[in-house]
Amino acid sequence: MMEKRNYTVSVYTENNLGLLSRIAAIFLKRHINIESITASQSEVNEVMRFIIIVEVTEEQVKKIVGQIEKQIEVIKAFYHKDDELIYQETALYKVRSSDFVQDFDIQSFIKKTNARIVTVSPQFFVIEKTGERHETESLYEKLKPYGLMQFVRSGTIAVSKNEMPISEILEKFNTSNTIE
Amino acid sequence: MEVKTAGFKKVSSKETVKVSGAEAVIKCLIAEGVETMYGYPGGAIMPVYDEIYKYQDRIQHVLTRHEQGAAHAAQGYARVTGKVGVAIATSGPGATNLITGIADAHIDSTPMVCITGQVGSHLLGSDAFQEIDIVGLSTPITKWNYQITKASEIPEVFARAFFIARSGRPGPVLIDITKDAQFDSLEFSYKECTAIRSYNPVPEVNLLQVERAAEAINNAKKPLIVFGQGVILGGAEKLLKEVIEKAGIPAAWTILGLSALETDHPLNVGMVGMHGNYAPNFFTNECDVLVAIGMRFDDRVTGNLQTYAKQAKIIHFEIDPAEVNKNVHADIPVLGDVKETLKLLLEFIQPNQHENWHNKFQELYAIEYEKIIKNDLTAKSGEVKMAEVLDEINTFSHGDAIIVSDVGQHQMVSCRYAKFNSTRSNVTSGGLGTMGFALPAAIGAKMGSPNREVVAVIGDGGFQMTLQELGTIFQMKIPVKIVVLNNSFLGMVRQWQQMFFERRYASTEMVNPDFITIANGYHIQTKKVKERSQLKEAVKEMMESKDAYFLEVVVEQEECVFPMIPTGASVSDIRLE
Repeated sequence: MMEKRNYTVSVYTENNLGLLSRIAAIFLKRHINIESITASQSEVNEVMRFIIIVEVTEEQVKKIVGQIEKQIEVIKAFYHKDDELIYQETALYKVRSSDFVQDFDIQSFIKKTNARIVTVSPQFFVIEKTGERHETESLYEKLKPYGLMQFVRSGTIAVSKNEMPISEILEKFNTSNTIE
Repeated sequence: MEVKTAGFKKVSSKETVKVSGAEAVIKCLIAEGVETMYGYPGGAIMPVYDEIYKYQDRIQHVLTRHEQGAAHAAQGYARVTGKVGVAIATSGPGATNLITGIADAHIDSTPMVCITGQVGSHLLGSDAFQEIDIVGLSTPITKWNYQITKASEIPEVFARAFFIARSGRPGPVLIDITKDAQFDSLEFSYKECTAIRSYNPVPEVNLLQVERAAEAINNAKKPLIVFGQGVILGGAEKLLKEVIEKAGIPAAWTILGLSALETDHPLNVGMVGMHGNYAPNFFTNECDVLVAIGMRFDDRVTGNLQTYAKQAKIIHFEIDPAEVNKNVHADIPVLGDVKETLKLLLEFIQPNQHENWHNKFQELYAIEYEKIIKNDLTAKSGEVKMAEVLDEINTFSHGDAIIVSDVGQHQMVSCRYAKFNSTRSNVTSGGLGTMGFALPAAIGAKMGSPNREVVAVIGDGGFQMTLQELGTIFQMKIPVKIVVLNNSFLGMVRQWQQMFFERRYASTEMVNPDFITIANGYHIQTKKVKERSQLKEAVKEMMESKDAYFLEVVVEQEECVFPMIPTGASVSDIRLE
């Protein structure tokens, strides 16, 4: 039995309505939980990029990538292990101003962890931290005893160390097909 | 600049005509060469039906009695012709009734375009009358789907749909069209789609892989070929035969591969899988090279994967990269269209006989014949057995008929015993196992192949799932032959209850109506056979009839289909009793 670990699946797609549910259905059908998913524009004009984090075996992730690539509007899909990527998450923490100004310790902690204060109001502060999961989590643990008013963390975004040659794939299509 | 994501055939004239969206739909179908479609009208698709009326001299519409029937008829048509089947329905329940047929076409790789009406775009998301999110519902069971909300989108979306449905590994596509898009007008011109940049239907052939496959085949002492529907979909039947004959390799088939190689071919060693033949199943676990061609190692074929062909080097010819290593690890995957790859393979393989190896198949066939086939075919007393009916059909069809089978015991018996001389002659629901498939599929099969005899073989259970399609057969005067093998049980489930649930026959016994009266109600010629002595004459009369004919044969109530690989067992542990 192969070991389960985190895999990051990167999917380059046409910007198409309904593609998100088509991709999500592939995970649902196999009873695989999506840990995180983000969608944004990619480096190529009008090409979307999904970044999906799942905890599965390598055999599973290979099959999933195969099924994803089979979808008509998917240009190409890749999977990577954590060490093959540069990845980041962003978290926002909303804390009560009264707690915040009284406690000197938190202020120094925020400075130490390279977090950033986004908004200040008489009632609350909003703190932002970008980094790896353990970094946003340790700030969460630190702030939790003071009563977090709100907390939210983004999906992971990642770029691979190796190339993902989407532009070349698209270029090849453009030269080999009569595009009117 | 707009990004072009697809390629289209150049048309010489740039002229366009102003038409309604609904008319554009029909013009698209005609441009794609569609001659027949199956469907059922309703509110949200009425503008299109109005055009069907106006264009009735150029394109035929067959009114089925239920949308599921329309989907299965389109499948039957597609399966025998290789063309794209077309089914059309209204929104809401019309669309949901197509679902079973779409799912069936998806798992059995059948090219089909389904068109559904949708509520007006201003009503989308308002829970309007007969509004259903059919694009969402059909997503996991379509190769592609799309909702059209603007009339101007129609030509390009239809061009893409037909291209996607028939290219590469075929499959069903659904197009949902809002009612306002049917009413609105557009400047129409049609350009056939030739490529989509995010879609690679046929992987490039890697010659090295073909050479590796040939080398393994040339060095094999005990090679076995298992072929599936990919051979038929790729139009590679002749190449398959040439490969088999040149290399002298015994060839077995999956249920959907049936008829790609004629039954009487000396190297045809029968069916693999749960109710397949003894020899090919047994020798799957003894061969040294297993050559899988256009098949996907379904669990009904492989039995227990942990013990499936572990001793063999596995070569997998496949068009869909996602199928390679999905269930069974391929030592030598050969991606591409089998029509290309088998042609290359043929040049690299050396002539061989493998006589001793082939004789071993004959020996096991002799055992299967003694233990099973002889009993199935030559019983002198007792109730009629299903295989006898198929045997009589063979007598009068001479193997030239298209056999459409439903799902269950009679399906396994049909596939085991029906004789075929030519390809695209076996139409059955393989992957999904859809009861009720056969009667409507037979309608499509007969309309797709009007010059061939089409015999639907159906159980009493499955027949009652779609028997309303007798109405379509009557109205359209479709001369299909319908054989209901009636054992007053849901036979396959009953067999499992007998074998694995200590004969607790939970809800499998059927108290049936008088099928003859029902068929007579549709003015279809009928006969009911209870005795063996009447069988031959009845089948003869049916096969000679110029019109539709309904034959009910009362068969042995508690017959079991053997051989059988129980679920989870190894293919070599196939049971003969």
